[in-house]
Amino acid sequence: MKRLETGGRIDREAPLSVSFDGTALSAFQGDTLSAAMLASGVTVVGRSFKYHRPRGVYAAGVEEPNALVHLRDGARHEPNVRATTTEVFDGLTCTSQNAWPNLRYDIGAVNNLFSRFLSAGFYYKTFIGPFRNSTRFWMMCETFIRKAAGMGRGTYLEDPDSYEKRHVHCDVLVIGGGAAGLTAALAAGRAGARVILVEQDSELGGAILSDPVGSDADNWRISVTKELGGMDNVQILTRTTAVGAYDSDTFVLIERVSDHLKAPENHQPRQRFWQVHAKRAVLASGAIERPLIFGGNDKPGVMLAHAARSYLNRYAVLVGDTIIVATNNDTAYQAAFDLGTAGANVTLLDARQSVDAALLAEAKGAGVTVKTGHGVLAAHGRGRVSAVEIAPIDAGGRATGPISRVPCDTLAISAGWTPSVHLWTQRHGKPGFDDASALFLAAPKETDALQTAGSVNAVETLEEVITQGFAQGAEAAKQAGADGAAGICPAAFAARDWPHDPDVIWGVFTRDGKTKGKAFVDLQHDVKVSDIDQAHQEGYVSVEHLKRYTTTGMATDQGKLSNMNALSRMAEQRGLRVPEVGTTTFRPPFIPTAIGALVGHEHGQHFRPTRLSPMHQWHVEHGAKLTQAGAWMRPWYYPQSGETLTAAYIREAAHAREHVGIIDVSTLGKIAVQGPDAAEFLNRIYVNGWKTLQVGRLRYGVMLREDGFVMDDGATARLGENDYFMTTTTANAAKVLGFAEHLLQTAWKDLRVHVTTVTDQWGTIAVAGPKARTLLSKVSDADLNREAVPNNHFVTATIADSPVRIHRMSYSGELAYEVYIPAGFATRVWERLIDAGTEFDLSPYGTEAMGALRIEKGHVAGPEIEGRTTLKDLGLEGFAASKKPFVGSVLRQRPVLDDPTRPTLVGLEIEGQVGAKAGSLLFPLQGETQGHGDGWVSSTTYSPALGKYIALGLLNNGKQRLGETIRVVNFVGNETLQAKVTSHHFFDPEGERQNG
Amino acid sequence: MIRIDCPICGLRTETEFTYGADATVTRPAMDETATQPWVDYVFNRDNPRGWHLEYWHHVQGCRQWLVLERNTLTHEVGSCRLAREVDHEAS
Ligand SMILES: [Zn+2]
Repeated sequence: MKRLETGGRIDREAPLSVSFDGTALSAFQGDTLSAAMLASGVTVVGRSFKYHRPRGVYAAGVEEPNALVHLRDGARHEPNVRATTTEVFDGLTCTSQNAWPNLRYDIGAVNNLFSRFLSAGFYYKTFIGPFRNSTRFWMMCETFIRKAAGMGRGTYLEDPDSYEKRHVHCDVLVIGGGAAGLTAALAAGRAGARVILVEQDSELGGAILSDPVGSDADNWRISVTKELGGMDNVQILTRTTAVGAYDSDTFVLIERVSDHLKAPENHQPRQRFWQVHAKRAVLASGAIERPLIFGGNDKPGVMLAHAARSYLNRYAVLVGDTIIVATNNDTAYQAAFDLGTAGANVTLLDARQSVDAALLAEAKGAGVTVKTGHGVLAAHGRGRVSAVEIAPIDAGGRATGPISRVPCDTLAISAGWTPSVHLWTQRHGKPGFDDASALFLAAPKETDALQTAGSVNAVETLEEVITQGFAQGAEAAKQAGADGAAGICPAAFAARDWPHDPDVIWGVFTRDGKTKGKAFVDLQHDVKVSDIDQAHQEGYVSVEHLKRYTTTGMATDQGKLSNMNALSRMAEQRGLRVPEVGTTTFRPPFIPTAIGALVGHEHGQHFRPTRLSPMHQWHVEHGAKLTQAGAWMRPWYYPQSGETLTAAYIREAAHAREHVGIIDVSTLGKIAVQGPDAAEFLNRIYVNGWKTLQVGRLRYGVMLREDGFVMDDGATARLGENDYFMTTTTANAAKVLGFAEHLLQTAWKDLRVHVTTVTDQWGTIAVAGPKARTLLSKVSDADLNREAVPNNHFVTATIADSPVRIHRMSYSGELAYEVYIPAGFATRVWERLIDAGTEFDLSPYGTEAMGALRIEKGHVAGPEIEGRTTLKDLGLEGFAASKKPFVGSVLRQRPVLDDPTRPTLVGLEIEGQVGAKAGSLLFPLQGETQGHGDGWVSSTTYSPALGKYIALGLLNNGKQRLGETIRVVNFVGNETLQAKVTSHHFFDPEGERQNG
Repeated sequence: MIRIDCPICGLRTETEFTYGADATVTRPAMDETATQPWVDYVFNRDNPRGWHLEYWHHVQGCRQWLVLERNTLTHEVGSCRLAREVDHEAS
């Protein structure tokens, strides 16, 4: 392993400081981390998932199963980073993962000896175990194995970087910047289509980047890239991976904006999430080389043949001196020739019995020794491969003759190419099996908006790749409506073609069809050929079950290398052909994707919009503690110096009953209900009647869902002949509006009614307390006398030059009004009330005190109207009209909902000086406290008016149990209280105060 | 992610809409007093494989309820009409 003096695409003038496990690597601008490791003689990069076997660099791209590292330190630390796709930067630090105490002496490697117990189905069998009555032993082993097995470690520190999202539309999305993708983008771009070209590498070119610099291929790449770069209608995104293809025309791209830097610069995000809507898309994602399988195929020093060629030509790294290339196809010869020319001693083992004579002559000329009909049975070596056992093999890959041992330091393997059909299958389902190439290929229909071009179609010659890319690009542009001329396809560069056409042999076995030693199908998840065999013996037939039982293809590489070989073994075992076994389904994302990129800015405070009352700023400036109510922020309580929540709400609630208090209730849902049939609409949607409500009045109403359970409650005022103003609870505003719209647009189309949300148009202040009338009379021009404005009436008035509407209604049980103010004037009116209220000892109160007041009155709220309660359960059945149908009027009468033993609303007076917790279960005084009990506590508070803790609850057969003492059990806090069952109208049940 | 061609707003992305319910059921008349028609309307649903009619609500747009054809097998989207313009008795 060494860095060559010349060649490659690295910048030798720009050496970079890069370290792995504390050791400096030779690295230049343009290297990947794996190239720098290989150039520096790093053989072992990490330990494997289950058996902790030493593993080295295996590939040169996204398919890498082994060379995963911990990248960066501190909050930017990232586990399971593929060294093969990590561009080096100055100051890069990384460490090996899955090894303890260090890479060389890894204690977890004893798992290798335990391998018998870690085979297929390990996850399912661990707790059963082969030893009866030895569960404790297995529990101990499980702890140990869990500690030893696994991938990298994450960090608990907060991500310091930002991520952003873009939503874009284009005519043609081209996925892949290799030869086919380049010509596709070129044709579509020339035709005038708006094109986005996506390439996950840092540069365009795909496989051409593994050709020597200055070659005809490279010059072709440069000229096409230049023409594309000059087109305003073509957007080129490098370092960007198309990770998902979704319904209709949606694709997701992840752009790694700053990952090639030590840290993001110039306020750039770390990564960018692109949601692309493309009229047409051309998938030119190429193909991934497939490994050959044999014993010890995971040893450091074993790598894909074209990875070795890529390290040579792109990074000027020769991966070995004595290299054995083992293959079943022509393409590996290209790698062998380049490695030989670079000075390595290369022997090529071709599994095929006969090979084209011209190719053999060419090999001889390149100094490469070829043995046909031979394969590698096993690789040996401690740490790194040092020798291989080779043998003559038959057409099934079984050794037929004497085994000989050949020394080497590198084993470059190739068993053909697997088209990267992942995105196509994400979008369209299972791929089809192509008999000619013996591969699973995309099967696009002509009408599909997702087309495919190039090696992903198992197209083999360069000429075909280029012309197909161009033709598909032109077609995509045309279908997307671009009518310009694509012109003539750029001529293919002069290059030799390397037909893929692999032999069916995918592994080398002993005479009896076994592998010699551990032979891995899935390197990242440590799944062996023998695990597939075991699954077969245990009766697994479906590939989907096989995948889950053996976990093959379930690691972070998603089986990019392992899938075809696992299917081949399964097919052999079952005596079927591969297409008869079928294949599993690829799912997004194509590569591991940072959660941060999916989240974008939508986290923390920006997770969702926050709704603020028009008076919010006043509350903040006056020291209110805020609480979240759905999307709203509301004043919770206004602490005086050093006051706790409990002290504050008790003071605020008591104050309102004694003097006067105001609370911001702008969060109430408000819906304008307008039209000639508005009364009929209300009559249908509320359980009570509305036909008699006069202009200037308002009425409390309850709504049910279609299934007969209570949905919401609130007051609605009649502002004019055809104009009503509905209020809903804060939580259900959107639900009620959507429901009303649904009914009016579907079943009740005949009703001439329009509903519109006006929640944000109105600020609302509730004024409650014995001095409420005096206060409002002082600040407004309205006559609020008892006779002029009785309960459930409203008047319009002016406060602080603002027009307002004053509704007389009480939630607190006190003499109370709700003042509706155009939102822009709300703070002004609030401040006027505060100023004028000084002489009445006015105090603002928050939602906690409001809760205490309403519980004292026994009013239901969200904790009681929770979707499982009926009118009867809540003691509201008196509101239901008997002579008119309304939403839910039939289904609420189902016998099960009419059962008198159902939990019904009761009051609970708690004994002692500790309050009950909402959610506590209710049990009789005697007997076991098991199961769900006789009911539950829904709302709880200290009652200043009663001087004790009280609660609302739903109790089985509650109406018949008034006066009974029951237990209130909080299983979470392991606390039991006693309570007396009472009416839920704790305070002023006759309503004398509010009617005063 | 599907895109829905709202008759009012044009082709818009799925995130602007909420799924409503099965659009093949018909709400009984208000004066229907028998329980079974209401049980059928509220609870009983077919689970068709293939093309289906669904209510979608353009909550972040024109607030219209739409009747959308959607294929439950392929997730393809077909015609999209305003619910108020669909004659329910006929469907
Ligand atoms: Zn719309």
